[in-house]
Amino acid sequence: MKELVVISGKGGTGKTSVLASFASLAKKGRDRRLRRGHSRFASGPRAAAAREGFTAGSKARIKPGHCTACGKCEELCRFDAIYFDGPWQRQGVKDLPGGHDRLRGLRRLLRFLPENAIERAGRLRRVVCVRDALRTDWSMLSWAVGAENSGKLVTQLRRTAQQVAAEQRRDLILCDGSPGIGCPVIASLTGASLALFVVEPTASGEHDFLRVAQLTIQLGVPGILAVNKADLNEEVARDIEELARQRGIDLVGRIPYDPAVTEAQIARKTVVEASDGPAARAIRGLWTETRKYLDRSAPAAAGGLVPLAGQQQTQRT
Amino acid sequence: MKIAIASGKGGTGKTTLATSLARVAASDGRAVAYLDCDVEEPNGHLFLKPEILREEPIHKLIPVVDPARCTHCGLCSQTCRFGAIACVGEQTLIFSELCHSCGGCLLVCPEEAIREVAKPIGRLRIGMAGPLHFVEGVLNVGEAMSPPAIHAVKSAAPVAELTILDCPPGTSCPVIEGVRGCDLLLLVTEPTPFGLHDLKLAVEMARALRLKFGVVVNRADCGDREVWNYCRRQRIAILAEIPDDRAVAEAYSRGELAAEAVPHVAERIGGLLEAIRPGAHV
Repeated sequence: MKELVVISGKGGTGKTSVLASFASLAKKGRDRRLRRGHSRFASGPRAAAAREGFTAGSKARIKPGHCTACGKCEELCRFDAIYFDGPWQRQGVKDLPGGHDRLRGLRRLLRFLPENAIERAGRLRRVVCVRDALRTDWSMLSWAVGAENSGKLVTQLRRTAQQVAAEQRRDLILCDGSPGIGCPVIASLTGASLALFVVEPTASGEHDFLRVAQLTIQLGVPGILAVNKADLNEEVARDIEELARQRGIDLVGRIPYDPAVTEAQIARKTVVEASDGPAARAIRGLWTETRKYLDRSAPAAAGGLVPLAGQQQTQRT
Repeated sequence: MKIAIASGKGGTGKTTLATSLARVAASDGRAVAYLDCDVEEPNGHLFLKPEILREEPIHKLIPVVDPARCTHCGLCSQTCRFGAIACVGEQTLIFSELCHSCGGCLLVCPEEAIREVAKPIGRLRIGMAGPLHFVEGVLNVGEAMSPPAIHAVKSAAPVAELTILDCPPGTSCPVIEGVRGCDLLLLVTEPTPFGLHDLKLAVEMARALRLKFGVVVNRADCGDREVWNYCRRQRIAILAEIPDDRAVAEAYSRGELAAEAVPHVAERIGGLLEAIRPGAHV
């Protein structure tokens, strides 16, 4: 089983449009494939076959009548999730609006508080939906991200995807990555077979591509490059292609600017379903090329946040 | 006044808006600070071209175990909510990328065998872009946790009449760290199904954090009218509309400021500044 991750560094460069098109092209082929991510807009039935819970962290609350306004909890919390309102307030301590997102790590600290006035008040839940679209020949996973712990959620999602793909004997997982280089990106790249960079030829596109390319090199994931809206600035496009070449990242396609991409999105279709214009033709070519690289790449491994190749920062005692 | 600029979806024009807003506001002679809180992929410097006067490392605290004192009781590992400490037999392993610096392990260790050391995770760059104060954070590649770096950027902000915070995309921890404590949140979106979907998530976040917010529609004449319908139903103010213009995209690709390269954008930004002046009803 192979896993392709589409990333970009910068947001809005066309990751989802490319990936959704790949999914519909793969559907037409004889392979049974699995995709996941944001691309649910493109097509497919919406019935939820299974739902899985995801716990992002726990909430805390101050028990009425127990607080003596000593201020200790505020002192111990390093996430500014609690503030001391002074002893003249009966409650003494308040949690800030949205502060629950910052109560991470507080749970165990609670037992250091003298009056036992703080208790756990349930969990922060985010729902992961696993949707199995039986009438089409691929499965789809999606999720509702609220606030917190997105790296953990990505890892859980990838494990589920790998399980489902193994059960249903699918041979490819298409994964829609996030912008940036932080924990959700690291979580989606670790152990993936191949990374496809979708980059736009702009000063910031280039800057962000270089940072995320460095990350894939650190993680030991091979990469290939597609330049989207390539005709926007030919000079920058050529710069990016040269910088990619120096890093061992092959150019596999150039997608021209095409209003059909936005039109397809409005019609809730993938670009290759909705049009036969220049962008759709380029994406078809890109898919053919990408498959060649996928055939040569390593099988997907279970992902996680920890194993940063070449960056062993663990301490042994 | 602190204005945070966020979007949910990436590539909708946060940096274009933030840099233009900062430049137009500063040209009125106001003291304006621009903070680039997108520490994973900071881009503001490409457009504002600041002169960097000072660079400082950004640190986070991570635990270190004293092997002479450690009795391998495993309490630190049980306490850690982030799986950053593992006790395997006679070894205590610390995974610093997973550590959230909560300090819980220090508190629980009965032998006081844990102390904290500062680990560099990025750089803070402080400078001036003409009359504009400029601060950006750059997270080291390979670091998973950006909120401490965003916190460092916000702590280094100079006192200014108007502070513009250019936030990362998404609705998870880095964005929450960026927008927390702002006086007004501008959500930049584009009138497409992706733009609307992520706008809804961003609105949910803004409401959960009880922030005052408004919407800016970029590339307003492409796509459909669903964003307007949604904002009307939800009673959300649309503070500005910026039309779709290839000239803006081309100026952007060269690293030029939209407000300087395209006159009608400057006009819209001026209108937006008027709409959000202190005391105006949003």
